[in-house]
Amino acid sequence: MTTTTTQPAPAIVPDFGDSAPTGRKLAIICSKGNLDMAYPGLILANAALGEGVQVDLFFTFWGFDMITKSRMGELKFTMLGNTATHMPQGLGGLPGMTAMATHQMRKQIQDIGVPDVPEFLAQIVDSGGHLWACRMSADMMHLDETDLYDAVEGIISAADFIEKTEGAQLLFI
Amino acid sequence: MTVTTIGTAQIHVDTEGFLTEYDEWSEDLGRQLAAQIGIELTDAHWKAIRFLRQDYPEQGETATLRRVSTLAGIPVKELFTLFPGKPAKKMAYIAGLPKPHGCV
Repeated sequence: MTTTTTQPAPAIVPDFGDSAPTGRKLAIICSKGNLDMAYPGLILANAALGEGVQVDLFFTFWGFDMITKSRMGELKFTMLGNTATHMPQGLGGLPGMTAMATHQMRKQIQDIGVPDVPEFLAQIVDSGGHLWACRMSADMMHLDETDLYDAVEGIISAADFIEKTEGAQLLFI
Repeated sequence: MTVTTIGTAQIHVDTEGFLTEYDEWSEDLGRQLAAQIGIELTDAHWKAIRFLRQDYPEQGETATLRRVSTLAGIPVKELFTLFPGKPAKKMAYIAGLPKPHGCV
């Protein structure tokens, strides 16, 4: 005689990766100081942190504006040189047009519940992200730690950043 | 649609295991879902979970981490401590909601 036992099916539970952490790392180099170009790096950093990925951001050249206290809340958007606005390029050069375009973009960003740059950086740091400033940019612009957003962990060389982010996937923006 | 058994409850879930029927959820089920992913719910956890439950029918989508933080008044840092690793998804799972789709 044979007996059969019915095994209950295992419960379907999402895999949040806790049992086998991947050690995934992401390095993001932010090199732009325009309002529109500040966001891709911030959004991707935030998304990666929410997925349990270690994230290091390196701010260099114009991207320094994103972490310079006096400028980080004042980034601008210009239509000039940006054909994706689908407006005549001549319009972008009119006085007041950059201010207007900036105002409009800020409003659009705010309307969908996305924070401004300083608050977004704070959220990234609270989520475990690391902010680094570029040594050469600091020297060129005669800025030191006191000029930078408090949560920036240090002014480091490009080589230091590469060393810190060994094995990371890298985004240059 | 798939049915799975969590504790004593039969629930409808998607292929990953997220509950698909808002009304099949109860706080008791929430506790069991949390246990499945190694979380024991404290009052601090419940504050976030209850906010998600209340916000979902009003918004028609699961609140993102930022929304939970700003509207429920729970610092982001704390959410990462309460629901380590992938806080937004873990909260959604325990609250019996779909994964959040918002970017921020």
